[in-house]
Amino acid sequence: MKSLAELAAIRDKMKNKVAIRDSETGTRIVVGMATCGIAAGARPVLAQFVEEVANAGLSDAITVTQTGCIGICQYEPVVEVYEAGKDKVTYVKMDVDKAKRVFAEHIQGGRIVTEYTMDNK
Amino acid sequence: MKELSLNILDVTENSVSAGAKNIEVSLIEDEKGLLTLTIGDNGCGMTPEVVKSVIDPFYTTRTTRKVGLGVPLLKMAAEQTGGSIDIKSEVGVGTTVTATFDTKSIDFTPIGDMVSTMTTLIMGAPDRDFEYIHRKPGAEVTLSTLQLREVLGDVSLGEPEIIAWIKDYLTEQYNNFGGTN
Ligand SMILES: Nc1ncnc2c1ncn2[C@@H]1O[C@H](COP(=O)(O)OP(=O)(O)O)[C@@H](O)[C@H]1O
Ligand SMILES: [Mg+2]
Repeated sequence: MKSLAELAAIRDKMKNKVAIRDSETGTRIVVGMATCGIAAGARPVLAQFVEEVANAGLSDAITVTQTGCIGICQYEPVVEVYEAGKDKVTYVKMDVDKAKRVFAEHIQGGRIVTEYTMDNK
Repeated sequence: MKELSLNILDVTENSVSAGAKNIEVSLIEDEKGLLTLTIGDNGCGMTPEVVKSVIDPFYTTRTTRKVGLGVPLLKMAAEQTGGSIDIKSEVGVGTTVTATFDTKSIDFTPIGDMVSTMTTLIMGAPDRDFEYIHRKPGAEVTLSTLQLREVLGDVSLGEPEIIAWIKDYLTEQYNNFGGTN
């Protein structure tokens, strides 16, 4: 059974690790979570990115955040990737499998998955 | 929406956008199969005109702006089971959205994954406090971020490690809940 004591232990471990989250050099993955995004399946896409970042142990370098309506409801779920010094990449009509591929190939491998990008539609 | 939990995520996001510091989400099922959903906040509130336009997007006045479909979708989900929706709101005080559902209706949308809904909300707004309760006869699931915050001190609720703990904490409670509708 999960206990608050266990939560306290996690807290202590985290306090010891110095936060070196750098918003200048870090990567930001932004998932549209307005009504249109949620209805189209954004919640599991967001959860997948969060899980990938955690599994890869990259939570200091990569943040996953939520935003409202990006204005292209017909393309939801929409995911934007911001990397320092690079143009924003907008992925459209995302799902869990596409999120896995974008994480492996783009976020970790540095190769944009053009099949899923906005300009390709 | 495919799951009621998605409507709940969407409508509760409105409370976050309204600047609420405290947000309550409650799901109470009675022995007759009546489900009452309450989403309460102490955000900026709405004027009666805005409340009307939020419930019915085709009701517009000069003063109301473009509104979304979040609340109308929840209303539809409630009404198609024979239930209803009600919004009480006061500017500067807050808003309470209450919706009722007949879970025995064939048009009842399953509640679905409330664990994901709550973790998504907390991740998106780790500086707010959420009180969550899901109760049915003989079982309940609860979460109070205020209580967790007391343990966490200045460690954010939004840290991936903390979110993972909250997810397990809720999942464990739901394992003893005996399934949801
Ligand atoms: N809990 C709330 N507190 C204050 N204002 C709200 C609340 N819920 C809804 N509103 C108002 O109603 C509008 C419409 O809500 P909604 O239909 O969900 O569309 P959206 O969130 O896309 O704007 C919001 O933009 C906001 O102005
Ligand atoms: Mg909304």
